[in-house]
Amino acid sequence: MGRSIIEKLWDAHAVADLGDGSWLVYIDRVFLHERTGSIALKGLEAAGRQVRNPEQVFCVMDHIVDTLPGRTDETMMPGGKAFITTTRQAANDAGITLFDLDDPRQGIVHVVSPEQGIAYPGLTLVCPDSHTCTQGALGAMAWGIGSTDAEHAMATKTLVVKKPKLMAVRFDGTPGYGVTAKDMILHLIGRHGAAGGVGYAVEFTGEGVRSLPQEARFTLCNMAVEFGAWTGVISPDETTFNYVKGRPYAPADGAWEQALADWQSLRTDADASYDAQIVIDCADIIPQVTWGTSPQHAANIDTVVPDPAAEPDHTRRELMEKALAYMDLEPGTPLTEIPIGAAFIGSCTNSRLSDLRAAAAILKGRHVAPGVKAICVPGSGSVKRAAEAEGIHEIFLAAGFEWREAGCSMCFYAGGENFGLETRVVTSTNRNFENRQGPRARSHLASPTTVAASAVSGHLADVREMATEK
Amino acid sequence: MEKFTTLTAVAAPILRINIDTDIIIPSREMKRVSKQGLSDGMFANWRYTEPGGREEDPEFILNQAPYRDAKIILSGANFGCGSSREHAVWALHEWGIRCVVAPSFGAIFQSNCVRNGILPVILDNAVIENIAGQVEASPADNQLRINLENRTLTAPDGTVHSFDIQPADRDMLLEGLDAIAVTMKHDEAILEFQARDRLQRPWVYL
Repeated sequence: MGRSIIEKLWDAHAVADLGDGSWLVYIDRVFLHERTGSIALKGLEAAGRQVRNPEQVFCVMDHIVDTLPGRTDETMMPGGKAFITTTRQAANDAGITLFDLDDPRQGIVHVVSPEQGIAYPGLTLVCPDSHTCTQGALGAMAWGIGSTDAEHAMATKTLVVKKPKLMAVRFDGTPGYGVTAKDMILHLIGRHGAAGGVGYAVEFTGEGVRSLPQEARFTLCNMAVEFGAWTGVISPDETTFNYVKGRPYAPADGAWEQALADWQSLRTDADASYDAQIVIDCADIIPQVTWGTSPQHAANIDTVVPDPAAEPDHTRRELMEKALAYMDLEPGTPLTEIPIGAAFIGSCTNSRLSDLRAAAAILKGRHVAPGVKAICVPGSGSVKRAAEAEGIHEIFLAAGFEWREAGCSMCFYAGGENFGLETRVVTSTNRNFENRQGPRARSHLASPTTVAASAVSGHLADVREMATEK
Repeated sequence: MEKFTTLTAVAAPILRINIDTDIIIPSREMKRVSKQGLSDGMFANWRYTEPGGREEDPEFILNQAPYRDAKIILSGANFGCGSSREHAVWALHEWGIRCVVAPSFGAIFQSNCVRNGILPVILDNAVIENIAGQVEASPADNQLRINLENRTLTAPDGTVHSFDIQPADRDMLLEGLDAIAVTMKHDEAILEFQARDRLQRPWVYL
């Protein structure tokens, strides 16, 4: 019987069967950042252990660094400087590659890793960061781990992993006007829950996925973790190979041909089977926004805040009630009548050049509504420079957005910068958790174009009703 | 790592689904490059009255007398979802939690628990809600008994519930083993794999 890509990746990295479904799995790449990687490096050092293959370990500063122009090691986060200096010292001591604050390649780990060709098809890659599943969009097995497991991966080149069940999420047809990969993944989570993928490795398949450019595929896989999945994967194809080719750390010359031959055998066989399957027709997907405090609180933009009384499952209903109280929303309110105080475009979900281009197309010739604080944080230095070469920054600035240096920025609140107490934020990020973006901040997740349309409107907005200027 | 064998303790029902690691420890409470000093920030946004403050909110369960001694949390599905931050587990452990009982867990959180001496127990939601009801009737008296060797949780009414756990995880907790040391017993297999892999996938080796 045929195998899916996840089984092929698993089999190619299985070192030892530990029994009862647990395996010792070989790890090709480890990526670290200053938030959780610093402590992993310090832990190894304290235990007197070495990084086995430091040439296959990379680190970047993204979580705590400021994103204001002229930034230094000093950060707005109390105590933040120590994370940066500790990481720098530990990375240098361990002999791993660090993309430091002043490195032109610096940026968000899950943007930088594919951009530099460090992640590519056929690899296993781990990082002490839950959104590592982003990189599965290249046909790699990439997943988030804790700091202790990061120590384990660096010291032993392996991890002990329970073999996941397999789920296919198939998107039939192609997404319509105004519908992005972000809407596809929010649609999935909104209908199947934030625990819908628990215990599974999810393969995203179907014409809707094949039609997506590589950068949009990262967005899709990025939020596999918000679906509860162990990871998300997409079988590599010509789109993938064209994306990877020529990147700094990607195989080149003769090695490229050799690698390509291997990668072409990775894609899922026609007769592969799964433990579970979800089929979604892209024709049923319209732009999504969240109204609550879990990614499963996603809804079509043209609907209203739902009524918990209509929810049959009491655990979901109780969470809805708490979420509405936290979000200060009333059931029945049209989503497009919810006013916003801030707009954020950035994060490992939606900060790539194509995201910024799409948002700029909405913002061109327009201005953010009065009273809306709007910020754009490109995902990497490379993204920022490429956007600036196209004049995209001028569109953002003319529209009233701030234009920042690369980093994770206000995807989360680390004690420094935030939008202000109880501010309602429309955001291209991945988590609308309580207090995630600031003290009592009320986050509404959406695509970058929906964020742009909402910023201009002053309330959550249906991007389909907003023509782009030619 | 601290061993986990048996536990008889007060349980605190926090029966909400999707309790994420941002709730368990907000990012702003991860102040130093350290695994210590995190319990003060555990559940900070629910535990204290003001953002960033330290005045306890008496409404929050772990601020209430019998539950201050809790070593077990009973919760809803998908506990520990979200961020990979192991700080969530370090904070729980430092505060005194040794076991979390939920219908399901965030995958990374579940692994992090096992690496730090906290036992994740999976039971049906209806069972957990029933046990929570018994606990709430008299929290200090109605303690739960857990035996990891036998993989059982005994409810206050004497009902014994069996739970599953990966044998590798169980051994890790029972023996308080260091995961890296355990894996290094397979070092020959790892090195053989790597030598073979270098020939099969030379492009992978930078």
